[in-house]
Amino acid sequence: MPDLTKTEETEPVKAPVAEGAPVPPADPAVGKPRSLWSDAWSDLRRSPMFIISSAMILLLLVIAAFPGWFTSLSPRDSDMALYLQKPQFGAFFSPEWLGYDGQGYSVYTRLIHGARNSILIGVSVTVLVTFVGGLLGMLAGYFGGWVDTVISRITDVFLGLPFLLGAMVILVSFETRAVYVIVLALAVLGWTLVARVMRGSVITVKQADYVMAAKALGASTTRILFRHVLPNAVTPVIVVATIALGGYISAEATLSFLGIGLAPPAVSWGVDINTAKDLLRNAPHVLLWPGLMLSFTILAFIMFGEAVRNALDPKLR
Amino acid sequence: MGRYVARRLLQMIPVFIGVTLLVFLMMYALPGDPVRALYGDQTIDPAQIAAIKADLGLDLPLWQQYWNYLMGLPQGDFGEQIATGLPVGEVIARALPITARLALLAFIIIVIVGIGLGMVAGLNAGRWPDTVVLFVTLIFISVPVFVLGYIYQYVFSNTLNWTSPLVTDSENLGELLMPAFVLASLSLAYVARLTRSSVAENRRADYMRTAIAKGLPQRRVLSVHLLRNSMIPVVTFLGVDIGTLMAGAVVTEGIFNINGIGSELFTALFRREGSTVVGLVTLIVIIYLAISLLVDLLYAVLDPRIRYA
Repeated sequence: MPDLTKTEETEPVKAPVAEGAPVPPADPAVGKPRSLWSDAWSDLRRSPMFIISSAMILLLLVIAAFPGWFTSLSPRDSDMALYLQKPQFGAFFSPEWLGYDGQGYSVYTRLIHGARNSILIGVSVTVLVTFVGGLLGMLAGYFGGWVDTVISRITDVFLGLPFLLGAMVILVSFETRAVYVIVLALAVLGWTLVARVMRGSVITVKQADYVMAAKALGASTTRILFRHVLPNAVTPVIVVATIALGGYISAEATLSFLGIGLAPPAVSWGVDINTAKDLLRNAPHVLLWPGLMLSFTILAFIMFGEAVRNALDPKLR
Repeated sequence: MGRYVARRLLQMIPVFIGVTLLVFLMMYALPGDPVRALYGDQTIDPAQIAAIKADLGLDLPLWQQYWNYLMGLPQGDFGEQIATGLPVGEVIARALPITARLALLAFIIIVIVGIGLGMVAGLNAGRWPDTVVLFVTLIFISVPVFVLGYIYQYVFSNTLNWTSPLVTDSENLGELLMPAFVLASLSLAYVARLTRSSVAENRRADYMRTAIAKGLPQRRVLSVHLLRNSMIPVVTFLGVDIGTLMAGAVVTEGIFNINGIGSELFTALFRREGSTVVGLVTLIVIIYLAISLLVDLLYAVLDPRIRYA
């Protein structure tokens, strides 16, 4: 565990500085004691899992933002003459590379254009859930009493309902399921997990001496919450949220696959897998490639989340 | 112990009412009309629709419908399916054993394979078996269940011809094995990882050193001392996971054409059959709550230091 040695390294630097006796630090690169964040960052930079997953995510983000860089066709350019044509693996990055599907669409082109919706939904849900769940969890944990009772009972109810089931029940009632509808449905169900983690984290932090000190000095509640409690309680929330991101992408694809997520003409890997499933026996490539691309995306975000967790919380390793 | 169970049962009531009310509101307050949906595109006399609705009690105010529903539950009355006229209780009685078999088979696979892989990895932490298990489980976590289902179907049925691609007889455990593996895969990966970290942490504990030092056979050290102490996080996960397994059955049953709770739920959702959906979700929630209580009681068995007053 490199982290332990690292904190020991910085400790002797910290103490003399605090006493006002300037002693030259043992390591000149470390001018002041490193925070959890800079410590985690130096850990992350050396983690192969972090580097690989960041590269994967970067690639996906570029694909999502500029699909035109990777393919000249539009995802709705259909040519029925090419119906279920087999992949031509020599033809890198051309429309025929991964073959054609049952509607004469280029599988490769659909793959590239499907990235945007997946990533947009995954990231938006994570951001929403972190803010809403984080805020409510913080309020429940810090104030306790009836605020806590109300919020905790609500999270109990939502956690009693399996995630996928809840999303299905909500989404089936919508006629048109645009991206934002799916984002809202997943966020409505997902915030409770973050709220619960944040609540637990805030309860341990609020008894810390520095919070007591801030209170004794007459700091306002908002200041205590955002300057003292939040920065020290937010770590487990970030860990949970990054790992959940992959799960949200998976949930969107599953819902689209079931026919209660995105629907054509929207381009989504889940929709493509749904239309490909009846052709499995004769044209497995039509299902395989979107499936692999989806798994690659989920893998990238889960690896990223695990790397962040390992860096922020070495105990969990 | 008795008092603890009673308190837990009482605490379940608000959660139970909350979840059923939530699903009830979502099914009935949102747009869509199950009675109108029965007739598709046919033109139909509004008076006839009103008569059917009055017959089913769908014309009552929402709170009254919910009240009637809640009052029916203790008598085993889950309401009536609109499309078929069958009591929902009967639909459940037919579909539940099928899903229960599938989920139980998946559960056994999760426990045996998951804990087994976790033990191997945990005892070899940092060496190659550990790396292999971590890598394989990462793949299982990343590939969504429906993609995995079709990959299995293509590889094991269409290519290798080991088993039939669809389940034709839900009492045939051999046919259920592949769907059960698909349903189990995600949880299996989590259980393996949880067991791994728990075992890796506990194997250096003092009681382990003592057990080895006093010359106990290795089997006993591993099964009684190490495994039992490492099981608490795993059991917690398994308890929560039962609900996920039941919900995951929606996808798995669809892929393999199994007529269990999952596919009943799925068709009912699309027909906007409020009574069926609420009934099935209620059932899943009851199972989930009962098992989470069971898990908490199991803690005391696994770790005698935990006592419930």
